[in-house]
Amino acid sequence: MASLKELKGRINSVKSTQKITKAKQMVAAAKLRKAQAAAEAARPYAERLAGVMASLAGKLAGQNNGPLLLRGTGSDQRHLLVVVNTDKGLCGGLNSVLVRAAIAKARELIDAGKDVEFYLVGRKGRAPIKRAFADKVGTQFDTSNVRQPGFDEAEAIADEVIAKYEAGQFDVALLVYPIFRSALVQDPTVQQIIPVPAPAVASNAASGAVVEYEPSEEAILEELLPRYLKTQIFGALIEIAASEQGASMTAMDNATRNAGDLINKLTVQYNRSRQAAITTELVEIIAGAEAL
Amino acid sequence: MALHFELVTPAKLVRSEDVHMVVVPGTEGEFGVLEGHAPFMSTIRDGALQIFRTAGGTPETIQVRGGFAEVSETGLTVLAEHVDG
Repeated sequence: MASLKELKGRINSVKSTQKITKAKQMVAAAKLRKAQAAAEAARPYAERLAGVMASLAGKLAGQNNGPLLLRGTGSDQRHLLVVVNTDKGLCGGLNSVLVRAAIAKARELIDAGKDVEFYLVGRKGRAPIKRAFADKVGTQFDTSNVRQPGFDEAEAIADEVIAKYEAGQFDVALLVYPIFRSALVQDPTVQQIIPVPAPAVASNAASGAVVEYEPSEEAILEELLPRYLKTQIFGALIEIAASEQGASMTAMDNATRNAGDLINKLTVQYNRSRQAAITTELVEIIAGAEAL
Repeated sequence: MALHFELVTPAKLVRSEDVHMVVVPGTEGEFGVLEGHAPFMSTIRDGALQIFRTAGGTPETIQVRGGFAEVSETGLTVLAEHVDG
């Protein structure tokens, strides 16, 4: 049985932990709102770009001399897994779920006889993936030095990935990132980014008008593909930001509630032992009085 | 008598308004877009967009970097990676 003083100390320590988790929860809630607004703001660009891509790619489909990014290298032997993780912890199981999805995909590819290399974005994925595939981790992109990974970071990542692709270091690139559904649910997703999968042609694309292209359709597509890739990576960065805050909010909410339960339990125990001590003291006094 | 003009960057929708004319710095030369322009698509070079709110007025300029412009029956959409000013 813990002494009264020890119990009091524990109650205080749990209380201060609860204060921290509560503060983190509120910070996450505020940041989540911001992240969602950013996701909202990024949508028009992505949608328009996808629309243009779809109409151009549809027109140029079936030609063998299309840009390298669209038609691929003709092989699917070497895969590059671009895994986007968060930089900070305190966000529940988000990172471990992502890492598990990435590792499962890697194992599947290795079992199929393919070569796998990792390209890691964010700090939290490094350790577990290194533990599983120590020799497969290629590049690590550090996003921890900026407050909010934005388009500049996406651009840097895309440029690096495209440079590797053009240098012939891999044939297929897959992007692993979470899709933010709600504060409770973030689905890890594996998406192919190179060769660029042609977006589904929008049904209203048949506007009938003949569109003029300057310089030429091929040249525009050539320029568009890297941009499209950047947008997709930017989208992943935005999703990870929203997911991180959402997961963090949920995890911290749970932690705050657990701390509350623990405080209640400890308080009951504290009151009981205090009462027991008082009763013992009284019994001793009465016994002493009777003995006289 | 108005052209619907939208300027979009990955981070946000910068402009969405009705204007008189926009002069876009295309890779193969500047071109002005008025209402009713034929469907057209062009990549743009780094340069200044000139937005004329009214005919003959002084243009407002916005520096854009990297992107392309699309003219459809709904208006002009400029997708730019970076926008200054």
